[in-house]
Amino acid sequence: MTYAADVAALARKDLLLELRAKETLPAMLLFVLSALTVFHFALPRGTGHTAALGLLWVALVFTALLGLTRAFVPEREQGLMDALILTPADRSAIWLAKTLAVLAFLAVAELVALPAFGAFFSGIDGRTVGAVALADIGICAVGTLTGAMAVAGRARELLLPLLFLPLAIPVIVGGVGASAGAGGRYLAFLVLYDAIFGLLAWASFEYVVAET
Amino acid sequence: MGLVNVKLPVLAGLTTSLFAAAIALIFFYAPTDADQGISQRIFYFHVPIALTAYTAFAWGAWKALVYLRRRTDEADLESYVAIHQGVIFGSLTLLTGSIWAKISWGVWWAWSDDQLVLFLVLFLFYCAYFMLRFSVEPGPARANMCAVYALFGVVLIPVSFLAIRLSHSFIHPIVFTSRGPQMTGSQFFTFCVSFAAMLSLFATLYQLELAGKRLDQRLRELRELLA
Amino acid sequence: MHTRACVRARTTTTRMLTAHDLTKRFGVKRVFEHVELRVARGELLLVTGPNGSGKTTLLRVLAGLAAPSRGTLELPPRAEIGFLGHEPYVYRELTPLENLALFGRLYRVPEHRERSGMLLERFGLWQVRHERVSTFSRGMQQRLALCRVLLHNPSLLLLDEPFNALDADGAELLDQTLGELSDRALVVATHDPGRVERLATQRLAFA
Repeated sequence: MTYAADVAALARKDLLLELRAKETLPAMLLFVLSALTVFHFALPRGTGHTAALGLLWVALVFTALLGLTRAFVPEREQGLMDALILTPADRSAIWLAKTLAVLAFLAVAELVALPAFGAFFSGIDGRTVGAVALADIGICAVGTLTGAMAVAGRARELLLPLLFLPLAIPVIVGGVGASAGAGGRYLAFLVLYDAIFGLLAWASFEYVVAET
Repeated sequence: MGLVNVKLPVLAGLTTSLFAAAIALIFFYAPTDADQGISQRIFYFHVPIALTAYTAFAWGAWKALVYLRRRTDEADLESYVAIHQGVIFGSLTLLTGSIWAKISWGVWWAWSDDQLVLFLVLFLFYCAYFMLRFSVEPGPARANMCAVYALFGVVLIPVSFLAIRLSHSFIHPIVFTSRGPQMTGSQFFTFCVSFAAMLSLFATLYQLELAGKRLDQRLRELRELLA
Repeated sequence: MHTRACVRARTTTTRMLTAHDLTKRFGVKRVFEHVELRVARGELLLVTGPNGSGKTTLLRVLAGLAAPSRGTLELPPRAEIGFLGHEPYVYRELTPLENLALFGRLYRVPEHRERSGMLLERFGLWQVRHERVSTFSRGMQQRLALCRVLLHNPSLLLLDEPFNALDADGAELLDQTLGELSDRALVVATHDPGRVERLATQRLAFA
């Protein structure tokens, strides 16, 4: 089970780094609260619950983007990606570990965001929480892969949203549909998205980070 | 692969004749639509262009796969050119689709048109492909990343389509009457010829751009040698 | 159009690195061409040349980090290669022990904690083993980088400017270490060959 051990070692490293730096997570928390506040002022009186829900999903996706933009910074700034890919560990383990770490940050941000949404707007039900959980997986899986691509380019903060958002559209559809109560098939769709893109990202990460 | 591509004149000739045939058929042979009249004929441009764009993206993804397995510069260039052509045809799809929406329903954009919305998503995605390509230094790293992104694109097509269909139930649907392809024999024939013409145009432009880019590369290499 | 070069797994146990017709181009700019190398255990290949002449690129290609444009390269498996690049490749917000623990696990080093301790002590970092690398000078980071490179006992060592930023003591330690590594295959790139000159068994000069 060295693969699992590798993933654990790498994920532990990412969590430890964030614990020390204390940069990304506070920023994500502050951002999501600010965004929800802005949305309160942006929504005219009489706006339905569904519209507000839609904005919740927008807030979540952009909060995730914030976290993802920071995800590979230590590796690229200090050249450490080279050091990691030189090890005998499978390159996909790097992807999985990073995805799990970003997932953890996003989950913490949501632990604050969802109750805040409930307080600012209207209640959050189990369906929404389930949808958010499933959507998080897809967002982090695809986001980590595109994050690694973006960080190799010149304008990385600009590039990541461009690469990521078109891929995030199906997640938003699934998420909003599920939380708006439009049927269980939206949750099923999210599972489908997670499975397909998760697998694709896992298999193709090797090519994104290594030249040979 | 020689500099002088024998395929090119042949393809150009084929494209021209197919286009001539298609235009003749579209304007003189295909029956006028009962509801929409003459303006409905844009269908014979719009849908073949859309299908050709799909073909281009699929071809680009195929070449991307070939690149990842064999790591030849050829495959990377072919993948890029195919996707470039796909974006061109995609923009034309959006344009003709918008015009058709205006003609049919009086609006410049129709969210209920699944095909059109899908193209918007794909257009955004493949434009990002170009942003990626131009922000990374040329080399094996860039080729790798673009190939992976091209594969993501082709997987996104069915997933997005499904998402768009699902989105109708909670997004306020403005339902228009369907204008799907329930075609009569003569309409179908016209459609097929038009589709063949578009595919031929794609093949021609693809080879043309490939030849141009290869020439570019040779020139740069020669300049480097002389320097 | 040229087909990709191939990087193969090594077949013999004494010859660690074999390169044939190794070429690297960035677009049209040629960094090096037709390089032939055979480095066996017990040998030290000294790569010299001014800054920017392509030494770093060569080492990256030899490590398997960059793909050669042409030619063949035979390397040992990744677990047996140690690469020291221009950057020290250490996480600044982690401590030396944490850094070495991570790489120790990833390289599957048996009893990596003991070995880390030994290496840190050897390179004079034992006292600061629990402090974040961000508090270190560049010279101390370089020492830690050397610990990292030796942690998994590689049989092929690729060192790019290893004396960079080292003070007199550090340089002395490295000198000694290089002497002790006589049973490995070494490739050292440096613009100032002075110290390594006497250990070199092969030389490659970049213009």
